[in-house]
Amino acid sequence: MTTTSISENRFKRFMRHVNIPPVYYFLVVIFLGGGILDQIFSDGQIFTNQAILLNIIVRSVALGIVAVGQTLVIVGASIDLSVAYTISITAVMSSYIMQGKTENVPLAILVVFGIGILIGLINGLIITKLRINSFIATLGTSLIIKGIINATFSNYTGSVPKSFQFFGYSTLGPIPVAIIVLILVVFAGWFLLNRTKFGAHLYGVGGNVEVGRLSGLRTDRVVIGAHILCSMSAVLTGLFLVSRLQSGAPWVGPDGLYDLESIATSVVGGTALAGGKGGVWGTLAGVLIFGVLDTVFNQLGMNPYLKTVLRGAIIVLAVASYTYRSKKEAA
Amino acid sequence: MTTTTLKQPSKILKILKAIWNGIRRIPAVYFIFFGIFIVLGLLSPTYQSTPGIMAFLRRTSPLAILAIGEMIVLSTGGYDLSIGSIVTMVVLGSSLLLNNDPTMMPTAIWTMLALGLLIGLVNGFVVSYLKIPSFIATLGMMLLVKGGALYWVGGAPRGYLTENWRAFGRGYFENVPLVDRFPYALAILLILALVTYFIYHRSNFGKQILAIGDNVRASQLSGVRVRLVRMIAFVISSLFAVIGGIMIGGFGGVNVTIGEGLEMQTIAACVVGGVLLGGGKGSVMNVVFGAFTMEAIFNLLNLLGLPKPYKDAVQGLIIIAAVAYVALSTRKKK
Amino acid sequence: MTEEQKQKDEKTANRIEPLLEVQSISKRFPGVVALDNVSLKFMPGEIHAVVGENGAGKSTLMKILAGAYIPDTGSILLKGEKVTFSHPQQAQHKGITIIYQEFNLLPDRTVAYNIFLGREPSKFGIIDIRKMNKDAEDLLREIGVEKMISPTAMVSSLSVAEQQLVEIAKAISFNAKVLIMDEPTAALTYTEVKLLLDLVVKLKENGMAVIFISHRLVEVFDFAEKITVLKDGQLVGTVNVTEVKPEDVVHMMVGRSLDHYFPPLGKPEDFGEVVLKVTNASNKFLKDISFELRKGEVLGIAGLQGSGRTEMAQAVFGVEPFTTGSVELRGKAMIIKNPATAIKNRIGFVTEDRKSEGILPKQPIRDNMLLTVRAIQFVFGPIFKNGIRKTKNLVPNLGKQVDVRTDSYDREVQYLSGGNQQKVVLAKWLASDADIFIFDEPTRGIDVEAKASIHDMIRDLTKKGIAVLMISSELPEIIGMSDRVLVMWDGHIEGELPAKSSEPEIMLMATGGKHIKEPQSVSAAGKE
Repeated sequence: MTTTSISENRFKRFMRHVNIPPVYYFLVVIFLGGGILDQIFSDGQIFTNQAILLNIIVRSVALGIVAVGQTLVIVGASIDLSVAYTISITAVMSSYIMQGKTENVPLAILVVFGIGILIGLINGLIITKLRINSFIATLGTSLIIKGIINATFSNYTGSVPKSFQFFGYSTLGPIPVAIIVLILVVFAGWFLLNRTKFGAHLYGVGGNVEVGRLSGLRTDRVVIGAHILCSMSAVLTGLFLVSRLQSGAPWVGPDGLYDLESIATSVVGGTALAGGKGGVWGTLAGVLIFGVLDTVFNQLGMNPYLKTVLRGAIIVLAVASYTYRSKKEAA
Repeated sequence: MTTTTLKQPSKILKILKAIWNGIRRIPAVYFIFFGIFIVLGLLSPTYQSTPGIMAFLRRTSPLAILAIGEMIVLSTGGYDLSIGSIVTMVVLGSSLLLNNDPTMMPTAIWTMLALGLLIGLVNGFVVSYLKIPSFIATLGMMLLVKGGALYWVGGAPRGYLTENWRAFGRGYFENVPLVDRFPYALAILLILALVTYFIYHRSNFGKQILAIGDNVRASQLSGVRVRLVRMIAFVISSLFAVIGGIMIGGFGGVNVTIGEGLEMQTIAACVVGGVLLGGGKGSVMNVVFGAFTMEAIFNLLNLLGLPKPYKDAVQGLIIIAAVAYVALSTRKKK
Repeated sequence: MTEEQKQKDEKTANRIEPLLEVQSISKRFPGVVALDNVSLKFMPGEIHAVVGENGAGKSTLMKILAGAYIPDTGSILLKGEKVTFSHPQQAQHKGITIIYQEFNLLPDRTVAYNIFLGREPSKFGIIDIRKMNKDAEDLLREIGVEKMISPTAMVSSLSVAEQQLVEIAKAISFNAKVLIMDEPTAALTYTEVKLLLDLVVKLKENGMAVIFISHRLVEVFDFAEKITVLKDGQLVGTVNVTEVKPEDVVHMMVGRSLDHYFPPLGKPEDFGEVVLKVTNASNKFLKDISFELRKGEVLGIAGLQGSGRTEMAQAVFGVEPFTTGSVELRGKAMIIKNPATAIKNRIGFVTEDRKSEGILPKQPIRDNMLLTVRAIQFVFGPIFKNGIRKTKNLVPNLGKQVDVRTDSYDREVQYLSGGNQQKVVLAKWLASDADIFIFDEPTRGIDVEAKASIHDMIRDLTKKGIAVLMISSELPEIIGMSDRVLVMWDGHIEGELPAKSSEPEIMLMATGGKHIKEPQSVSAAGKE
């Protein structure tokens, strides 16, 4: 008797410690539901075929990496609409510099991360120093980046060497490198938010700027830092995409809707748009929900436009699953 | 003697000060707009002539209508990101419905307005009753409407818009005194702006919208039916997007990307027009001029012969600059 | 007190060096002198209350001590050493910490993260969470609340009092020698106040100087040793608690004595028929509520925090309606399912929290005043009330009625003083033609002068035949204003008392009659 109650307590304490965001239940439901539909209407590969399972995750890598960065920014009560074009500029710049040659890879990586850091810095500076609403500020910078890329490149440009496709396609043992990278990025995001001063200060600034200021935080620097990290995550997504596409085109970012979908996955994962609350594990679940949906839709051979419709509906339902009980009015 | 001589300059100073105070009270958007428009006029004689100005106003009317609708939602403290998709839906859907038959126009218009009403109601319901932040709710709706419209027409534009439909966007009243040709689009804008002006600035509804954006809890406790008001706000925004879409259809061809990015452009126009993101402040007149400013910026960039990509970049820069200017000038007043 | 004794006192006082001293400090803001040549000494191991009306300069003084404001002239001496602060953090590091009325905690973070925000124990930017939690636990143990509050608990899961204790733990973590508290007990229940004040006494015994601002004189008299009175930015004087009576302090604050506080109670012939009758009504917070409210009377609702006072007002007003039982309005059975219905039936509700529930800060006075009327009229129509002419004069008339001081009704309410904001809120309800008024803590956080004018206004309402339901946690206000008193306890009405009942009578009921307290703490509880 006593032993069970103790272990129960321990289990409860463990659960509380791990603090599983409720969105994971939603993920499980979607996965099981999708799998069952697949069993009934299709070949039932989702439950049985390991390759499909892995594919769900690989599909989620691009969105997942940038969504982690977006989560950091949203925790800091800011938002970044410029990630889509940051992804594009990374894709075209890196493949342009690489020109299919392995020896150009380091230079390309250096340059695109440089660009990413610069974009994040500018976003952060406009938001903190000019005190412009982050929505408008990053909308502005995203237009600027869009203009610059479209003026410079109009189609697939350059190419990446075989060696660089390693990132997108090869596996370490049975596990694709891309998945390892995604896990590393999520883990890094978690570590940053929960184990470092920067993370603690980001929650502080996002939760209440005034409290942060009174506690002596350099609030502007924290926000700028979050924006730089977010842009860098977009750069990483861009590199992943270009390694899979083998050549960069200016439309890879906006076509993937990475700006709005990274925000949506963060919110689906329980990060509050108002800031100060949430984390990357929830975001990962949000991203996986999208991945599972894509796979299920593909398995069922669904019309691509209907997929978009369902995506929209699922975003709303996922967020509704934990907001509808709240007493506070949403705006 | 001395007293009078002393008094007079002080009187002049006072008048100057009063004028200065009056000027300072003029919202920044007018300075920005007329500044740009004067440059336009200097660069091209078209913008000095009445037909040129009328053509400019015709082009900019749809954006102004979208912006007025968006302002209503922004004033409640929310966002409506679905309006771009609504425009796409209107253009694609009505070209399918019209099927080159001008007599189908009323059916098409009523169908689109009904769809707009439905979208607005769903947006309002999701935000009010499911308590989802409107940014996410209308983002979901944006995907839903866009996907739905493409699914409806089968992925590619089908049919085209009849001439009587396109007239809403591009037609003119002929032989109008003073201006000769007066665009339908501008007339529609004027009517809608006037109606919205009374609704927004003079009616109980408008004041309740601002009240909600300012302090939801206090509004609720003062008897404001927050959910009802919010639903109406989203409905107005969607309906205006439908009307804007009908007019936009008159310009470009039938095109699956026609509404893309319009929601962002519209929000930018609102912010340039002094609307506070987060709610509680706005003005129909200023927002109309915010939209005019955006269009003037595009025209200026066109005139300067910049290719489209550069236009995006400069537009981005100008949005940031305009908002910074608006923000700085209002902060000084406090 | 003889001259000799006084000198003797001063000598003993001089022997211990003051921990903190301000010398002829002045601070001006555009248009006002907030502090005018104020000099004060704070001793170690002393609880020092600072009292005064709103606008007397208390907050300015505290903010100067805490480094949030820089004084125009004068100096601050800490242990005899001159110090200047340009940022609150500098004051904190020197051991002066302030706890504001509005908490400076992050609700969605743990206790430990909050205590150490900005000072997390870390190596290379990586936080040593174990050490941080342990340090936090040690701090909580130091103030004796380690069993109540876990360092890993979310702040949002704590009660207001517990959050205050976290603030104190945070203050101690700075090795605070001077602790400044701004209205620390405003939102606490009886037991919580006791816990807090016991803790303050303990801190004092450890040699800390505790300075606290309060509007509640009873509390000041129970716990402080010295009282400093400020008025219009000037020092009126510092007195020892043992040597003065509350009336003397009030006299110092306003230049008049306590008796003038309240207008005369209503006479039996003023009371008319029953306008509101609630019978056996319940909801998830309330059990079996029955009472009657008559025209022309003030029905006081007393009770401790959490007894269901505000919930009852909200139920009557339709915010959180009754689910069972019946409500009769002016003789007719009625279901009030939302505030709009309540307003249509001419009920008004002046809420407790003006800032978050009362005003629309960015809207002009005009629109604030007209909101209730607008809410119940045709949605798309213009405001229209009793003919065009009267509608046009509605705002100026309301303004005159409540005496709002402003140059224009187009001024945004956020730029008005607290008292004027409260008047705008009152006008909003007058506009709705309410004849049943619910006041929830009508004078919380308002200075003595404005309090009196609000009390007068409430009494004037009843003279016009309006029925008033007045919730208050201040027993003197309940006793001074009520023609009858309902006492609430644990979600139901414990009993009814006649006008002019005594504080102990009310308190006995408000604590359920179960816990009988010694008189002193009873009065403290009344002040919550």
